[in-house]
This record gives sequence, structure tokens and C-alpha cells, in this order.
Amino acid sequence: MHRRHLLAATLAGAALAPRPASAQGFTPQNPECIAPAAPGGGFDLTCRTTARALNELGIVGPAIRTQNMPGGIGAVAINHINAQRRADPNVIVAVSTGSWVNLAQGRFGRWTENDVRWLGTIGADFGVIAVRRDSRFQNLADLVNAIKQDPGSVPMGAGGAVGSQDWTKAALIARGAGVDPRRLRYVPFEGGGQAMAALLGGHIQVFPGDATEVRGQLEANEIRLLAVLAPNRLPGAFQNVPTAREQGVDAEWTIVRGFYIPPGAPDAAYNYWVDALRRLYAHPGWPAIRDGAGLFEFNMAGREFEELAKRRTAEYRALAREVGVIQQQN
Amino acid sequence: MDSIAALMGGFAIALTPTNLGLAFLGCLIGTAIGVLPGIGPMNAIALLLPFCFALKLPPESALILLAAVYYGSGYGGRITAILLNMPGEPAAAITTLDGHPLAKQGRGAAALAVSGIGSFVGATLSVVLMTFLSVPLARIAVGFSPADYVALIVFALSLLGAVAPGNAVKAWAAGCFGILLALVGIDSGTGVERLTFGSIELLGGIDFTVLAIGLFAIGEVLLLLETRLRATAAALGHGERLSLKELLACVPAMVRATGIGFVIGVLPGAGASVAAALSYTTERRIADRAGTFGKGDLRGVASPETADNAAQIGNLVPMLSLGIPGSGTTAVLLGALLMYSITPGPLLFTQRPEVAWGLIASMYVGNVMLLVLNLPLVGLFARLLTVPAWVLYPGVIALSYAGVYAVSNSPFDLLLATAFGALGYVLRKLDVPLVPIILGFVLGRLLEDNLRRALSLSDGDVLALFASIPSLLLWACTLAALVFPLIRRKV
Repeated sequence: MHRRHLLAATLAGAALAPRPASAQGFTPQNPECIAPAAPGGGFDLTCRTTARALNELGIVGPAIRTQNMPGGIGAVAINHINAQRRADPNVIVAVSTGSWVNLAQGRFGRWTENDVRWLGTIGADFGVIAVRRDSRFQNLADLVNAIKQDPGSVPMGAGGAVGSQDWTKAALIARGAGVDPRRLRYVPFEGGGQAMAALLGGHIQVFPGDATEVRGQLEANEIRLLAVLAPNRLPGAFQNVPTAREQGVDAEWTIVRGFYIPPGAPDAAYNYWVDALRRLYAHPGWPAIRDGAGLFEFNMAGREFEELAKRRTAEYRALAREVGVIQQQN
Repeated sequence: MDSIAALMGGFAIALTPTNLGLAFLGCLIGTAIGVLPGIGPMNAIALLLPFCFALKLPPESALILLAAVYYGSGYGGRITAILLNMPGEPAAAITTLDGHPLAKQGRGAAALAVSGIGSFVGATLSVVLMTFLSVPLARIAVGFSPADYVALIVFALSLLGAVAPGNAVKAWAAGCFGILLALVGIDSGTGVERLTFGSIELLGGIDFTVLAIGLFAIGEVLLLLETRLRATAAALGHGERLSLKELLACVPAMVRATGIGFVIGVLPGAGASVAAALSYTTERRIADRAGTFGKGDLRGVASPETADNAAQIGNLVPMLSLGIPGSGTTAVLLGALLMYSITPGPLLFTQRPEVAWGLIASMYVGNVMLLVLNLPLVGLFARLLTVPAWVLYPGVIALSYAGVYAVSNSPFDLLLATAFGALGYVLRKLDVPLVPIILGFVLGRLLEDNLRRALSLSDGDVLALFASIPSLLLWACTLAALVFPLIRRKV
């Protein structure tokens, strides 16, 4: 009875609205963007910025709702997607370089980079090494020397646990100094905001953060940046900050911000969302919104992004093995 | 002073018809959000954000609307806490302690009135403090180290016994159970799963809403099933309105609660629940000479509600003056600023004075609106109790489950809430107080995070926990709180 009802409804629907078999045939219903963190962080901003841009610029018709799903820096979200919404075509999940770090270290339980469909990016952010304005460190060399002499004398902290992407930034500097990253005195905080408060309060001396989250403090001259971990200098308020490479330390940290969709989502949905991102890149209104969100240009969608995701995860797995932070291998 | 000139500029923005209307709308939504279980201000603001863009509101107007939802929610949570013994928001759990007994005595309207006035006093005094001291206060607040937080939270925990003095052992046991519940989930420090029993659903830990709704709302209804639904939750009462004398007796409690609430609120790592709990327990230690607290003392309602609202305003201080979010909700507000391409940070007051001062000015106006909105409605709210139980309680159950589902979209959480409901019923039967479970849950998580930070900063040196003046003061308070009742009992 029930099934016959459904069948009838499907047939009626098909008759009323015959759909072409192309990617355009798919229209999301009540689309949702999952930000796998509490509101206010990078994932949250990724979802809200993209949802707003896609809706406002007329690329996606139905309003995209942002849903926060904090827990395990993305572990809860990937579990939720795989356990409950394996084929849901209406959900996109924010992802960043940090998620690849977690995947590489086995922090997402049994899920790997092959358990989602990698969609594409909206931009990138870059790592920075921040200190308070009255810090004893004037440049990256000062910090590197201090770490070389006694890694325990430099308390540092950021919004992720040991092994997280924030920690990895510090680890790259330590490695540049020839010091075992495990000897760093690193303190995890609940998000970058609290780590910034601890830096301003003098409880930690170094905050390996992201360019976006430190911009307000930088413009107000509350903090100094010892280095940006980017291939080239960054524009605007960051233009006077040298890269780590300029200072002889081979540390680069690009935080890609993008999305994945559930592993079982149909091709039509995948193509629809990839197409939406590509149309976003091309839209004249997009750069202003992206800049407003503090993101630098970094466009990559579809297969290319999938390859990047898998390559990076493999690289981080190697790095994690090297410094011995692989967890819960199974 | 230039603060006053800037504030006047802010009023010029806050008093435009559009912004007045938006503040009023925000206050209405906020009160409603506070009443409804589950849906907190954070979700409401996140939902409203797209509308602000769709309506092309300028940033200051959007912030005025969203902030009004935020501080308005502090007015709503008390209503169901007092009348039905079901807190609509976390901090209102404390309000049930004296609020519901008052409602049972037929003084629900008086309790609603005094809590409304307390909310207004706490919020408005805090906005005044914020107007003049925002920047220096935020500077002091960031100086509060992880070790200081540890001392603060231990102090708050040491007062757990004061929640139910006649029943201290059960209160402590309940508090420890709350701490245990807070441990469930992936440990943020190491990524290790704790107490999840292999369940994927428990990886993210237990949500506060699920616990609170289960223990309070569902547990309460289960208990009422025994009375065959003939009775109502409490009597409506006749005539005995809040007298001026009673209100004046609450003033010292309100002033103390504003102080405690605002200070706790300004600290970026504490929250309104901590403020309400600390304020209530302190008040009880100071002022409960006749032993009326917990049996329906108006001061026991005024204190947590005042502190709750003061803390909410205090929470905005580090956000506006330093760009540092003190809670989930302020983080969403910061996110809203970011989406308007406004960089939150120390320069907000100078770069975008219309946003910062417009918001502050609108909070003076908004709190008056909330008072005017809430006081005349006290009688109407109290009439909730005249609704027959067979209509009221199925409605409460439906709203509760809807609230739980809205938080997580997870059927598992519905089952979990039901299990907590059954637990709440059993604990009530055993006369175990429920509020310490809630406090242990909130404080336990904070304690663990900060203890870890403090110890890794000091390289494992325990003495670092006693190294600063604020921490020493707080440890001394803790010692006093633990020893004082023992001495008094012997005398």
C-alpha cells in the first residue's frame, strides 16, 4: 500500500516534470552545509560564506542552511555522513587541510580519504607565526635559535591538539631548526580565539595561527608576525611580513578550504556541486566576498581537487610517521 | 568624556526607527528562544543571519537584531524554569531551585516578576560597566591564565554542596556523576575515545541540551504521571503579588549577582551557567540566615537570573574590544561581523564606531524593551499553570523532543534524552538533587581542559596552579567554602 503510494507519487512527479539526464537535472532540496566545528571557526566561516555567496549570486536557488557539528575536529561529521547519510545528495561538508592531517593520522576512526567524494575549494588561507608585540623574538631566526637551545623554554599554543594542523605548523619550524617536534612545549586550546587570548595575556609566547584569524590583531599592532608560511608574500596588511623560506626555513603551510560530499552521492549531485563552485569562481561578485572572508584565491574543483586531497593526505601520513604522531592505526 | 560622546553617537544609530524595530523584534525572538527548550540563541542567530543579508541590512542593524536575540534569550529561560521546573536554557537550571517552590506556593507571578527585574538590573548595570570599562576589562580578562581558570572552577565546584545543604552527600555524588558524563566522547587532547562503548553516536560526547531536557523536562513529566494528570504543576495563587518590600530585599542580591555575573562573563573561558551557579551558591552562603533558600526564596530567584544576564553582556566585552569570542554565541556574532567584511579586533571601536557604539547603545534600549515586554506579561505567563495537565504536558513532551532533535538531528539523542528522563525520575524519587549533575557536567569539562593547559604550560609542575594572585585568592575562597560549613555545624 505504502510502496504503491510512493510509486504513484514518483510516476506523477516524473510525468509532471520530465528531467533531462544532464547534471542540470539535479536540484538540491533543503541543501545543507555541515561545518564540523562550533560556530565562529574556519569551518563555520567556510560554510556560511559559501552558502551566502551561492544563494546571493543566484548560483544555487534553495537557501543553504549551515549546520554546526562539532566533535573530534571533523570526526563526528565524517561518521555522521558515513553512518547516516551515505547517499544524501543535498549535503556538503566543509573540509580543510586540517581534515587531511586528521585523516592521515587515523583520527577519523576507520574512515579514510576514500570514504567521501572530494568536491572542490573556495580559497586558501596561510599559516603564520604570531608573537605578542613586545616579544623577545624579532624574527624567525630568533625563534629558531631559542627552540634549538631549549625547546621547553618557548611555550606555544593554538586551537588544535598535538598532531593537529596548528601543531604541524610549529612542528615544521622545529624541524627547520633541527629539533624533534615532540620536544616542543605545545598547549592545545579550544579554538584559535582562546589561543589568541592566551597570547595577548602572555600565557603562551608563540601562536602558530592562520593569516585570517590574526588579521584584526595585526592591524591593531597587538601582535607581530615572524613569518608567513606561504610560497610568496601575502597582500595587504601582510605585505611586510617575510615568508619562512625568505628567512631560510623551509616551512610552508597552505590551508585549503573546501568541501566534500557523501561517498554514495549520485554523479548528478556531484557534478551539480562541482559546477556550482566553478560558476562561483567565474562570478564577478565572488572575489569581494572571498576577500571579506579573509581567503586568498585558490580555485580547484572536481577530479583535480580529489587528486590533491589524496596526494596531501599521503604526504601528511608520511610526515606523521616521521615525527611519530600516528594514532589508533587500524 | 569621549565614551559619553561616542555613546551619544551610538544612540543616534540605535534610535532610528528601523533599528528600534529590529531591537524589538530581536527581543521578542530572544524571549521565545529562551522559553523553548533546545533551541538556544546560538542556533537562532545562525538561522537569522541569512535573513539579515537577504534584507540587505547594514552591519550595525544586523548586529543590533542578532545581539537582541542573544540577550533577550536570558529573559525567557526563567519562565518554564519557575512555572514547570523545566529550564529553557542552561543557566536557568539554577533558577528552578527556588523558582519552582515559589510557583508551588502560588507565587509564580512574583517569582517571574522578580526574575524579570533582576535580569534587567543585571543587564543594564553591565552595559554601563561595558560602556566605560570595556577595553581595560578585556585586557585584564586575557591575563587570566589557565591556572586561574582551574582555581575558579574548583571554587565553583566547592560550592556544589550549597545547592542542597541538607543533602550534601547526595549533591556531591550527583556532581561527580555530572563530571563523569562530561568525559564521554573523543578526548580533545589525545583523540582517544572515552566511555563511548564503541558507539559512533557517543563520539561527540553528550550534548548539554539532551541531558538537561531529559533530566528536567522528561523526568518531571514522568513524575507527574503518578498524579494521574489531574493536578496542575503548581497553583496559580491569588493576589499575593510582588511587594515593594520584597523587591527591596532582593536588591543586595541583585547587586552582588551583577558583580559576579559580569566578571565571570568577561572572562573568555567561563560562561553564563558558571556565573548563575556561582552567584546562587555564594548568595546562599552569605544571605541564607533563615534557611529559606531552596524552599522558595525570592532572592534565590533574583540572584541566578541577574547573574545570567550580567554574564551574557559581559561576554560581549572581549568580543567587541579584542575580537575574542567568549562563548559559542558570541563566536557566531563575530562570524556575522566577518561576513560583513568587518575584521573583529581591537580596532573595531575606532574603525567602525557605528557598529560598536550602535550596538552598545541599542542594548540600553533593548533591555528597557525587554522589561516592559516581560513585566505586563507575567500574569499571562503565569496563567500557563491553569492549562489542564493533559493538554500542557503532552505539549511539553513534544516540544522537548523537538528541541533535542533540532540540536543534533540524531534519533539516538532522542533515546538518550528518554534514558536521562527515566534517570531523572528515579533520582527525584531518591531525593537526589538534579542541579549538581548539570553543574558537574558543565564545570567538569572546563576543569579538565584548563587543568591540562595549565600543567602542560608549567611542564607538569603542580605548584604553577598556585602561582598567581587571582588563583591564590580563589583557592583561599575554596578552602573557606569547604571548611566554613563544618565549623558552623560544630558550633
